[in-house]
Order: sequence, then structure tokens, then C-alpha cells
Amino acid sequence: MGGGMFLLETGLSGMTWVVIALPIFAAALLLLLGEVADGWGHWVGVLGIALPFGYAVALFLTMLREPAAVTVDLYTWLRIGAVDVGVTLLIDQLSILFTLLVTGVGALVAIYSIGYLAHDPGRRRFFGFINLFIAAMLLLVLADNYVLLFLGWEGVGLASYLLIGFWQQREAAALAAKKAFLMNRFADLGFITAIAVLFAKAGSVRFSEVAAPLNEAGGPWAGIVAVALLLAACGKSAQVPLQSWLLDAMEGPTPVSALIHAATMVSAGVYLMLRSLPLYELVPAVQVAVAVIGVLTLFVGAWIGAAGRDMKRVLAGSTMSQVGYLMLAAGLGPVGAVFAVFHLLTHGVFKADLFLSVGAVTESVGFGELRRLGGLVKVIPWVFAAFTCGYLAIIGVPFLAGFYSKEHIISAAWDASPVLGGCAIIGAGLTAGYMTRLLLLTFVGAARWTELADADAAVAAAEVDSDAPSTPEVHHAPASMGFPLVVLSLLSLGGGLALNGWLQGWLGPVFGVELAPTGLLHFDWLSYTTLGVVLLGVVVAVLRYRKVTPEWFDSWQLVSPPLPAVVDTVASESEVEDSEEVAVHSVDLAAIGAAGLYADALIDRAAVAPVAALTESVAWAERRVIRDGTDASWRAMGWVSALSRRLQNGSIRTYALLLTAGTAVALLSMLIWVWM
Amino acid sequence: MFTTLVFWVAAPLALVMAVGTVVARKVVHSAICLCGMMVALGALYATLEAPFLFVAQILVYTGSIVMLFLFTMMLIGIDTQETLVETIRGQRVASGIAIGALLLLLVLAVGNAIAGGFGTLEDDNAHYSGNAQGLAVLIFTKYVFAFEAAAALVLTAALAAMVLAHTERRSPKVRQRESAAARIRRYAESGTSPAPEAGPGVYARANSIAYPALLPDGSIAGGSVSPTLLGRGDAVLNAETLPALVTEAAAEIAGELPVLTTSAQASSAGDPAATTVSVEPAPDDAEGGAR
Amino acid sequence: MSPNAYLIVSAALFCIGLAGVLIRRNAVVMFMCVELMLNAANLALVTFSKVHSELDGQVAAFFTMVVAAAEVVVGLAIIITIFRSKASLSIDDARRMRH
Repeated sequence: MGGGMFLLETGLSGMTWVVIALPIFAAALLLLLGEVADGWGHWVGVLGIALPFGYAVALFLTMLREPAAVTVDLYTWLRIGAVDVGVTLLIDQLSILFTLLVTGVGALVAIYSIGYLAHDPGRRRFFGFINLFIAAMLLLVLADNYVLLFLGWEGVGLASYLLIGFWQQREAAALAAKKAFLMNRFADLGFITAIAVLFAKAGSVRFSEVAAPLNEAGGPWAGIVAVALLLAACGKSAQVPLQSWLLDAMEGPTPVSALIHAATMVSAGVYLMLRSLPLYELVPAVQVAVAVIGVLTLFVGAWIGAAGRDMKRVLAGSTMSQVGYLMLAAGLGPVGAVFAVFHLLTHGVFKADLFLSVGAVTESVGFGELRRLGGLVKVIPWVFAAFTCGYLAIIGVPFLAGFYSKEHIISAAWDASPVLGGCAIIGAGLTAGYMTRLLLLTFVGAARWTELADADAAVAAAEVDSDAPSTPEVHHAPASMGFPLVVLSLLSLGGGLALNGWLQGWLGPVFGVELAPTGLLHFDWLSYTTLGVVLLGVVVAVLRYRKVTPEWFDSWQLVSPPLPAVVDTVASESEVEDSEEVAVHSVDLAAIGAAGLYADALIDRAAVAPVAALTESVAWAERRVIRDGTDASWRAMGWVSALSRRLQNGSIRTYALLLTAGTAVALLSMLIWVWM
Repeated sequence: MFTTLVFWVAAPLALVMAVGTVVARKVVHSAICLCGMMVALGALYATLEAPFLFVAQILVYTGSIVMLFLFTMMLIGIDTQETLVETIRGQRVASGIAIGALLLLLVLAVGNAIAGGFGTLEDDNAHYSGNAQGLAVLIFTKYVFAFEAAAALVLTAALAAMVLAHTERRSPKVRQRESAAARIRRYAESGTSPAPEAGPGVYARANSIAYPALLPDGSIAGGSVSPTLLGRGDAVLNAETLPALVTEAAAEIAGELPVLTTSAQASSAGDPAATTVSVEPAPDDAEGGAR
Repeated sequence: MSPNAYLIVSAALFCIGLAGVLIRRNAVVMFMCVELMLNAANLALVTFSKVHSELDGQVAAFFTMVVAAAEVVVGLAIIITIFRSKASLSIDDARRMRH
């Protein structure tokens, strides 16, 4: 380390730094050049992602021939005591997959954004941010140690903040960005704690070198690091109890939601879990906690998704739910980890497909509220087709992407514990249910966006953004938006087939497991059960939402129902996870789901209110104790001074008198001293 | 026996004189009392086999130090009389208590300090062939550094006194020509007589400088008594005595002056200069006194 | 004659002088009283000189005299200076240093 800076490793992998450098360069170019780049900046942005993708493909092909983990030392960043923190890239089977996902989906989303933001004056800025995000995300997945990963982690947090608040003129977007930022910083507290403990106790921050020293160190340190990293992962991956920022993050542009808040960044927490797997193996209790949080989020997300009143919010709930699957898998050990990566990749693809389809819908009709959609299948059939591909993939139709990955997770969970496995199966059913609901309400049935257009003209003008026409006119998405949808749809359909069987062998060395590849036609009783539950979910949803009346939507008028009293009382002393059990007492489950399970209110009561109260009390103490105390001290000083000032009257005779008295006292004490 | 006698004469004298120094209302009296105290103290020194200090006490203290005090008083005016009303509340009572306590303690401590009687200095004096010689030997051998330091101190003090007392002249020196011109100008502007002021005692019955001069009409001539005497209250200006004096003076010169007026008539005539004697010194006089 | 008698006289003179410093307001009189106190100390010195049969006490008294002379010279010069600026000998008027 420290000798030569670059190219210690020869060959393609030695130059891996360019995949990070290119988007950084593109971002700097776009953000620094200003209006000059407005005309062609988006192409720079696309190239900044597409070129790394090409490089990653080349690298991947090389690794296919000769699979090996390679570390590339670029630079010694810090040397603190015995701990070296290097800018070191780790290119192994796991990180190359992530690199491909990030750059691949990123490139598609960038191409999509050219059309999506064609009329937005801030498009160049958008591409600058996207490139910044890609660079940070690549740094995150290619990092060899926790500190470098943290650098990327914060970078994606920053990019996420910037992109959620991309339309910063909207108050909702600005607030959502702030909320996401704050909740993620809270979660980062865990990361920083973990790094600090690693510095102190493990003597290394490299992924591969922390588990053994912590094991030797004994004590609670491994557990502390594991819990702290879990906190960080919960924040980044929107897991219970830090999930609520993801719903608000939908205020950002839809491509951002697709790339950052569905496909890549939210999976960074899972990636962290996977990289820390040796560490979690040391503390099974925390590993169980990871799985439990995953299951919990699986249900919470499904609930929110099932009650969502906006396409993007439904998908946000779905993302939580699916990332819950990933967390569940990550908590299952090496076997689960492999399938977590599998599902992560397929989810990244089909969720991006779904989000971009939603973007196409909103681009076509101008809004995404379910109440005002419906019947779009006849209007934008191509979008419907793309959405359906994603839909079929996510609910787990056999032979499609989601089927294989989810089946593997369910079977691994069942092997670990029937309870977890059962929950995972129920989760699959719920997924099928809410996704069917979304599909039906958006594309099937009456075209409410025309029926309601007149009635809602006044309302729409007030509540829909100004760029949405009160009487929507359908305009078709440009080709730059179509191409990514086609690619992603095809991947959603065929990705599972391609990866299944191969991935186990590919990732096995990373997690140290030997997994027998399962055949494409491998069906066991668990698969059939799952398919049955999925079918049940689809059927229930079809029966429920096949025909919906405008009157039914009237119950949605109350966008944000008040927090039920029972929650109110319990929330003050309970944790946020209790929200489910508590909320069940309430009647309108849908309203609760639409309100995001009152996570905001609960966090407000559980975290914000105590802090506010603490602030109040500190302010009170400041006023009553410090300020008044200070005042009292100067008043007392004033009194003492006024008293002593009478001695200091300037009259030399008074001073002489005092001198005399002092002499007398001194003499007296001297005499007493002598006589004693 | 003789020393006992001297002690019993000199010690009470010293104490009485000391008390006199403190309580005398006039500064000069204080100085005189101090002088007496010094002499009595010198006598006490003599009984303590310190003939050199006896002489030095009288020469240095009464001869120079007290004289310095007197010079100072002459410089800054004996006429400033101290009001004996205490201005600081409780100062006297507190002082009395503090001094009483201190005296009690001193007497208790110092008054019992010596258990034995006196020794004698005869051996020492004989060894150095005399008291003064003995002191000289000590001063120039054992205490030579202290002596040199004291010499430097005295020299510095002399310089300091000169620096402190010296003032730069800020106005041109007034010569005879200027003062004569000023006198005539004063006469032209305010009618003040350019002639010298009358000396004290003119037409007075007594020649004492405490008696004011009288004008031809029998009224008192302003400025004929020294402001110092006026300030001390020694001028004979009593309302009871003056008219009589004036009357007597008038009677003695009755034959020479055709018109005779009494002071009462003079006062009724309303001449302000006749009835009010300037108790405050004239401005120029005050300045002269201050310089 | 007992040395203690001399010492008591010395203490009494000292206290009388102190009383003068504390009670009188005329700067010159106060100064005289300070001289009085110095003399009282001198008397004690000379007394102890004879008690201990040493001439050193007399030397000390001699030095006291020298210092007193110097002190008087400077002190009186200061008094004159104050009088010039304030036209008063009252020590109570010389309070400006307080401010």
C-alpha cells in the first residue's frame, strides 16, 4: 500500500476505478458548466453511466472466464494507529453483479429520463445528480472496507436528498427530501458507531477482516456492531421502523423513484447485510432480528401498498415489502444471502420496469392518483404491456423473474423456520393482491379520468400540480421512454430464467456455500402452496376491485385520517413496531394503510416529541437556571460591591482606620498564638 | 536616680506634648507641641545612654524637620483653619475603639516583653572610645550598605521635593512697568485707587497689625489688615470694639478735622466699602499666597 | 527604672500619633502625627538597645531619623502640590483618586 497509486493490479480489473471516475467526471461537468451544457448535457449524463456499464460488462465477461475476487489498492486514505483505511476496490462476484445492476438500470433510467424530463428546465441538473448518485453507488458497492463504503453510503444519501427535492419549488418535495435526509442521518448514527467500534476493537475496517478479531475480542462488541449496522441498513433500506421516508420520497421524479428508491439505493442496506454476513454469523440473535425486521416490513409494506391511493405510493409500499423479503433472506445466513442477491437483482429490474411504466402513465395522463385513473388499457396499451410484464414478475408467475427468486427465499425461510416461511408465503399472496389491485384500478374498468374530469375540474385545479391539465389529454410517451421499458420488460420476463441455477454457483464462493443449482422446472409442494396463495390473492383482488364505483372513492376524500385515539395513547410509550397490533383496533384499515400506518405520527410522538420536550426543558433550564442564575450572580456581585464600595470611600483616614483595626487583629492573633 | 527623675519629668512631658500635637486647633500650635515632644524624647534618649541620638534628635527633628513643617505652613497659609467637625460618620468612635484596643494589646505585649532590667552600653562605648564613635564604626562597617542606601534615599527625596515643588512659569513675568500699567488700567475701569493700600494701624489707637486702618471719615479701610490675620480671625474687627475705637480716634483728632462723622453715620450713609471688610482675600492676594 | 516603662511610653506615644492620623484632617498635622509615631518607634529601639547592651538599636534609630527626614521632604512637597491644585489642606478633599 502507498507505493504506486494505480494499477497495482494489471488487466481490466486494475482499471476499475474508471467506472467511478466517469460518472463523477460527468456530474462535475454537468453541474459546473451550467447553462452551456443545457443542450447536450443529458447525453453526457447518459454516457457517464453507459460507459461504466460497458466496462462492467467487459469486466464481467472476463470474470466469467476466470472467477476470482480481486482487490485494487488505489490509495492509502487514512492510517490511524494500526488501522489502515485504503481507497481499495473489491471486485468479486457480488460487487460485479451490483455494478451491472446499478449501471445497467441506471443507464436505462437515464435514457428514459431524456424523454421524461424533456420539457423540464432542470434536466441538466437532474443528470448531474443522477451521475453523482451512480458514482456514489458504485463506490458503495465496490468498496473494500466499511469506511469507503460509508463514503459512498453518504454520497447516495446526498444524491437521494438532491433528487427527491429535485423540484425544490414544491414544498412537499422539499419537505420529503429533508425528511429522507434526516431519517437517513439518524440511521447513519448506527454506521458511525459500528465504524468506531471496528476501529477500537477489530483493528481493521475491511469486510473480510473484521469478524475474526471481533470474535476473539469477545464481549458484546460483535453484537453492538451488528445492531448498529442493522440500524444503518434499516434507514437506508426503509425498513421498519425507519420506513416512512420512502413514501414521501415519491415526491421526486419517477425515474429517480425507479432507480434510487426501488432498484438500487434501497438495496444498499441489504448489500451491507450481505457484506457483513461473517459478522452476523457470530451473533445469531441479531441475525434473527434482521429476519424479523424483514418480515415485519414485508407486511407493513404490503399493507401500505394495498391501501395506497397513488400509483407511486403503492409501488413504494411494494418496494418496502420486497426489500423486506431481501432482509428476511439476508437474515437467513449464507444460503439466504445468495437468494437475497437473486431477488435483489430481479426486483431491481421488474420494480424499475413498474416504476417507469407508472412514469409513462403519469406522462400520458398527467397524474397518478388511482381515483382518477382506470381504463387505460385501451389508451396506452404498450405501457399496459410493460406494466403487466413487471406485474407478472413481481407476483411470481412461474418462469418469470420474480418467481424463481422469491421461491428460493421462501424455501430458504421455510428451512430456517416454518414461521418465517409461512410469513413469506402470506407475503407473496399479499403482493399478488395489492399488485392486482393496482393493475385493475389503473388500467381496467371505467375511465374515471374522463368521468371525473368535469366534476373534479375545480378540485383538480387546486390539488393537482399546475402542470397537470384539468381535463387530461393523453399524449404518448417518446421513444426514449419506450426503449428502457422494452428492455426492462424483457428482463422481467426472462431474467429469472437466465439467473436461476447459475447464480448459486457464481455467488457460492462469496458466501462460502455450496448450493446445488435447481432446475428451471423444479417444483415442490412449497412452490405449489405459494402459487396457490398467490392465486388466492389475485382472485380476491379481482373480485374486490373488478368493479369499483366512484362512490367508493369518496371514502378517500379524507386523505389523512386523524390518528385513532387508541394509537394516540399507546404510542406515547410504545415503539413504532406496535403500530400494527394497535391499529387493528381501528375500523378503517385502508385509511390506516393510506396514512402509512401513522408512522410519521408515531415517530413524531416517539422521537420528535420527546426531543422537543427535552429542548423545551433545556430552554426552560437555560432561562430559569442559567440566565436567572447568571443574573443572580451579578446581582449578588453588585450587592457585595455596593457594600465593599462603602469601605473604598477614597478617604485616606478610613483606610488608616482599617489598617489600624487590621493591625490590632493581627497583633491579637499573634499574642493568642504565642500564649497558646 | 537621676535618670529616674529625668524619666518622670520627660516622659509625661512627651505624652502631654504629643496629646497637644493631636488636639491643638491651630497647626502652629501642633508644630510647637511636636517640637516639645521631640525635646522631651531627646531627654529620654539621654537617659538611655544614647548621647549621640539625643543631640541628633534635637538637631534633626526640632532643628530641621519641624522647621520644614513650619516653612510649609508659611508657604501654604496658616490661615486655613480646620473645622473640627468630623465628616466621616463613626470615624472618631471607631478610631477610639481601634486605638484603645491597639494600645491595650501593645501594653500587654510590649509592656511585659522584658523580664530583666537594663543592660549597660558602657562597655561598648568604652570599646569604641565613645558613643558617637561606636555608632560611626557600626554605620560605616556593619551597616554601610544601609547607610549608602539611606544616602541615596535622601538624595532622591531632595530631588523629588524639587521636582514636586517646582512649577514652570506659564505667564510672562510681571515687571514694574506692567504692574503699574495694570494698576492705572484698574483705576480707569473700576475706580480702584492706584495708590498703595493703607497700612494697618493708621489712625488706630494701637499700632498692632491686627488693627485695621481707618479712612478720614472714620470707616475701616478695606485691605489694610493682612488676609492671613483675617483668615485666622486675629484681626480686631469686632462690631462692639470698632465703633468705640473709631469714636476715640475721632475724638483725638477732633480739632484738626472740621467734619466729624461716626461710623454709625458712615454705615447709614451706605458706603459699602466702609462697613464690609473683605474677609476673603482679594483675588490677587490669594494667588500670591498660593504661589 | 524598668525598661517596660519606656516601652509603655513608646506604645502610648505611638497610639497618640495614630489617633492624630485617624482623627485630624489637616494634612500637615497628620504628617506631624506620623512623625510622632516614628519617634515612638525610635524610643522603643533605643530602649531595646540599652536592654540588650548593643549599639545596633541606636543605629536603627539613626536610620529611622534619616528616612523620616527624607519622608518629610517628599511628603511636604506632595502636600504643597495638592494644596496648589485644590487650595485645601483637608485630606478629605483629596479623594479624587477614588474615581
